[in-house]
Amino acid sequence: MDRTETLPSPDIAVLDQRSDLRSSAHPVVRIRPSGKWSALNLRDIWAYRELIYFLTLRDVKLRYKQTLLGVTWIVLQPVLTMLVFTLLFGKLVGIPSDGIPYALFAYAGLLPWLFFSKAVTQGGNSLVGSANLITKVYFPRMVIPVAAVVACLVDFAVAFVILVGLMAYYKTAVTVNILMLPGLVLLTTMFALGVGMWLSALNVRYRDVGAVLPFLIQLWMFATPIIYPLSLAPPKWRSLVMLNPLTGIIEGYRAALFGSAFDWSALGLAAVFTMALLVYAAFAFRRMEKTFADIV
Amino acid sequence: MTPIISVEKVSKQYRIGTQKAAYGTLRDSFTNAVISPFRRLRSPLVTRHSSLVTSEMIWALKDVSFEVKPGEVIGVIGRNGAGKSTLLKILSRITEPTSGAIDMYGRVGSLLEVGTGFHPELTGRENIALNGAILGMKRAEIQRKFDEIVAFAEVEQFIDTPVKRYSTGMYMRLAFAVAAHLEPEILLVDEVLAVGDPPFQKKCLGKMNEVAREGRTVLFVSHNMSAISKLCQTCVFLRRGSVAAWGETRSVISEYMAAADSITGYREWPDPESAPGDEFIRARSVAVVDSAGAPVQSLRQDSAFRVAIEYQVLKRMRNANVGFDLRDDSGVTVFRTLDADSPEWSGRGREPGLYKIECTIPDHFLNEGRYYLTLVAGIPFIKFSLNAEDVLVLDIEPPTSDEGPAGRLGVRRPGIIAPALEWQVHCSQQAGETRL
Repeated sequence: MDRTETLPSPDIAVLDQRSDLRSSAHPVVRIRPSGKWSALNLRDIWAYRELIYFLTLRDVKLRYKQTLLGVTWIVLQPVLTMLVFTLLFGKLVGIPSDGIPYALFAYAGLLPWLFFSKAVTQGGNSLVGSANLITKVYFPRMVIPVAAVVACLVDFAVAFVILVGLMAYYKTAVTVNILMLPGLVLLTTMFALGVGMWLSALNVRYRDVGAVLPFLIQLWMFATPIIYPLSLAPPKWRSLVMLNPLTGIIEGYRAALFGSAFDWSALGLAAVFTMALLVYAAFAFRRMEKTFADIV
Repeated sequence: MTPIISVEKVSKQYRIGTQKAAYGTLRDSFTNAVISPFRRLRSPLVTRHSSLVTSEMIWALKDVSFEVKPGEVIGVIGRNGAGKSTLLKILSRITEPTSGAIDMYGRVGSLLEVGTGFHPELTGRENIALNGAILGMKRAEIQRKFDEIVAFAEVEQFIDTPVKRYSTGMYMRLAFAVAAHLEPEILLVDEVLAVGDPPFQKKCLGKMNEVAREGRTVLFVSHNMSAISKLCQTCVFLRRGSVAAWGETRSVISEYMAAADSITGYREWPDPESAPGDEFIRARSVAVVDSAGAPVQSLRQDSAFRVAIEYQVLKRMRNANVGFDLRDDSGVTVFRTLDADSPEWSGRGREPGLYKIECTIPDHFLNEGRYYLTLVAGIPFIKFSLNAEDVLVLDIEPPTSDEGPAGRLGVRRPGIIAPALEWQVHCSQQAGETRL
């Protein structure tokens, strides 16, 4: 029994997935009360990657089952929002759009924004919505918010097709800047994951999160240069707006799509902030994870 | 042989009390949440923080230790609240122990319910894939066993229909079929068998038997003593969070049966809040009374007695069954009887009020031995409101005289009951013929 003392990591770990039908020499599953902070256990999440796939598939399928228009909704939402914004802010108010047709300008900002806001909302509510799973079966809990965010990426890809169409319509020239696009998508996903994962765990304990979330998202939209260009913000406010990582990200999308110059400092700041947040969120999640089944 | 599961001094402490204390709200702890959202979690079990002072701690499990050998089928028994479910949740890694250590030398599959993650809008095919992944099966493994699962569930025609259109029976069969094709070395099973119709239960038990025969290790938590004694060689008996007995099934079951909280012929719940029951109905008292109406704990085999129950109906019940189960000391249910058996109350609703019901058990019916009475109440086919296990213990003593019907002639008759039945005896022997 002295192995109890000699083995380190007071944590639950799947050390070996495959073994003989009978007992193996080393415990496949070790259960110990864990300490304050525990390891991320990314290996465990990797072992459950197929579950992420199936949960994502479920989310995507369910969203459009029993709807009249089905997948059309993925496209309609950003397109209609873009039309309203173009009429309101482009035509009526006359907000400048850095020389790009306002419709295109707005859509290029809305696309990543709608992905982000949806991913954060779905991610934030994902754990509470999966209480029946959490209390009945073990799997790395992080799989749930990850799947929720990834499912939104599918919508993003579909809505992106419309952007390509719009760019063709306005005969926008594609520049070498477009190569930054995958990086930007990755950055947006990671940022959404960081926020969504952290909120989802917090939501288990404080249900207020679910109530505050829509409001928070709404405010956040106006704090982000979606309907207006960053150049419109007065210089003394600009550094404040830059604190919002989405500012750098969304301006980055426009630069990548329309060939304008990248604001590398804004992008760099967003990337650093995103990484820090993601790491913090993951550890905080692991920490709160222990009580999920007891309080959800 | 080295154990495949070793459980060492496992304890689990829960905070009980108001929901508010468990959830917390932002109003209470907004500052907390902003400054240090996880401070409360750092030591969730220590009442140091002011917001937690009011809540109480209970030990759901305390120093539980036992071992399971490879290939063994072990039962976990205990009354409601004894810690069975908590133990299973810890073994399944759904929740963490507060202290202690568990090592399991094999892949673990757990079945706390069937159909976890089933979604009504998804088709049978989609649900098999999703449920399989949730239970930890690989995609290739699911594909390989797909046809087998569908055949076992007998839902071939409906495999591409959303499961919300399935009958309850089909749904249950499909859910169980996926679970049954899980192939871990260690299988943890909760009372999945408690649901479903008798043929389904039989199928489940059959499958469990099969799993056990294949040499896999099974840990089975159940109330069903006959299933436990059929399936398990060894048993752990949990009582108030601790191991009260661990060993060969038969002896553990008899200890379980003997360990009723107190041996008494009368039980009363003066406080309706804590009395067994739900929002519809609460038990008030139960007593075994002799022919003179006095509460007794032991009776002679040749005397009749009555079981008197008082219950309070709080909310109108459209239909109700209230009664009791009598079990013998090996856990076998001798019978269940319900007040709705009286023609006058059969199928009738219950208006709110206090009810007193009495059932007469005839003399020369039960055998000598110890019996346990479980109170049951519910709305037929809708819900179980009350299931107060083993609230009374009843000892049937040898009859007053060895003569007379069912006389014991010095020994206890074999059998669970010893009824005095009517006999016709005919003799066709020729008059005058004698034999030696």
